Amino acid sequence: MASEAMDIKRRSATTTPSPSVRQSPVQGGGVAKLIDTSQCIGCKACQVACMEWNDLRDEVGHNVGVYDNPADLTENTWTLMRFAEHEKDDGDLEWLIRKDGCMHCEDPGCLKACPAPGAIVQHANGIVDFNQEHCIGCGYCVTGCPFDVPRISKTDKKAYKCNLCVDRVSVGQEPACVKTCPTGAIVFGSKDDMKQHAAERIADLQSRGYDNAGLYDPDGVGGTHVMYVLHHADKPQLYSGLPKAPTISGIVSLWKGPAKPIGVAAMVLTALVGAAHYIRNRPSEVTEADEQAAEEERNG
Amino acid sequence: MANDRKEIVRYTANQRLNHWLIALSFVLLAISGLALFHPALFWLSNLLGGGTWTRILHPFIGLVMFVSFALFALQLRRDNKITDDDKAWLKAVPKVISHQEEGVPEAGRYNGGQKLLFWSLIVLMIGLLLTGIVMWRAYFGFPVGLIRFSSLLHALFAFAIICAIIVHIYAGIWVKGSVRAMTRGTVSPGWAWKHHRKWYRKKMRDSTLK
Repeated sequence: MASEAMDIKRRSATTTPSPSVRQSPVQGGGVAKLIDTSQCIGCKACQVACMEWNDLRDEVGHNVGVYDNPADLTENTWTLMRFAEHEKDDGDLEWLIRKDGCMHCEDPGCLKACPAPGAIVQHANGIVDFNQEHCIGCGYCVTGCPFDVPRISKTDKKAYKCNLCVDRVSVGQEPACVKTCPTGAIVFGSKDDMKQHAAERIADLQSRGYDNAGLYDPDGVGGTHVMYVLHHADKPQLYSGLPKAPTISGIVSLWKGPAKPIGVAAMVLTALVGAAHYIRNRPSEVTEADEQAAEEERNG
Repeated sequence: MANDRKEIVRYTANQRLNHWLIALSFVLLAISGLALFHPALFWLSNLLGGGTWTRILHPFIGLVMFVSFALFALQLRRDNKITDDDKAWLKAVPKVISHQEEGVPEAGRYNGGQKLLFWSLIVLMIGLLLTGIVMWRAYFGFPVGLIRFSSLLHALFAFAIICAIIVHIYAGIWVKGSVRAMTRGTVSPGWAWKHHRKWYRKKMRDSTLK
């Protein structure tokens, strides 16, 4: 749900300005959650905290042969620990655990694709939030998302995903997953501060042999308000398919970009050409002479 | 004007009903589709009972249009084979629309433009059906790459079909005496002679044989 106490930067399918009366500019690049995969122990406390705070209960599922539980994000599971077993070059096994969920893109594909006015908003601080009461259930957000995050509920056909605990953040608290994380692998603050914290973590990892340690804050979507510290930042795909260079699909950009004005212009122009033709050329009417010619031809 | 006795039947009652079922579903589809396509047109979704109802109804109305159009097209396909005369007619369109009828090839039951519309509609309807099914998340789960591609194509096919139907409607308005072929089912002999002379002659031949 959109918070009335925060300015909104962008709204889906809206051509007029969004609520933005507040004078205080957003500082430090907005808010950000930093997830340090190297500190994560895979305890799933963040999943539990997310369920508790947002009052969500997923169905009890089945073991699918890996530790992932549930097996995928759902309308009731907004964050999910994904476990990947990675065999290093020297034969050692590495367990790469990634807390999956909405990345809160600076350039959100879901918002770009959404046809329902105000169903998706981006707050001035960077939080991308779904307003289910305006959602029409078309699933275009799923089509637009480069990270395969939104899920359409089987119950109410509305789209759901992590809202970065917008209700907590708007009253000065950190998201529930951050609050509960026992190892400090998830931290929350201004984006600038989180980048600085990440830089310290990355330096530490590099000093311990992880030469490719780095920050995941992909430029292709304008950066994200959920970032990762990865031991293998050169190969994000190792982390259960985290995309290396995510962008809003060119097809989606075309569909939701130039196609809109060009398409509407083509239709309006066709109608206008018709109207102009009617005004410049008298309509084609059947005259008495035509009727007589027809009559003659029939008889002759 | 011709008196009623001499009128020529162009469409049966069932064909006319079917045509208007296609037309009604087309209008509803255009309204609901445009509502979901452009934010400036989202208000059109109110005509179908709001955004969610628009999303629910659009695909079902699409199925109705496809099926009724398919039945209609099956009946008309024999009269829509494109001949060399039709190609010449299409080249002469600038003459046709500016009242210079000399040298324009005589048309059969349908002229070159109508035949072009017929085949365009078949291609577009099939395209809209296939891409629409891929986008129909309530019942289908296709890979996201295919859904993206289909979403773009669905929009492109939709512009094309809306433009084609604007031309179709305009032709019906500009060529006086055409609309009643789809309301009452008949046209005057003079209309048939003027616009579809080969068809008129065939009709006359067939009627003298009876």
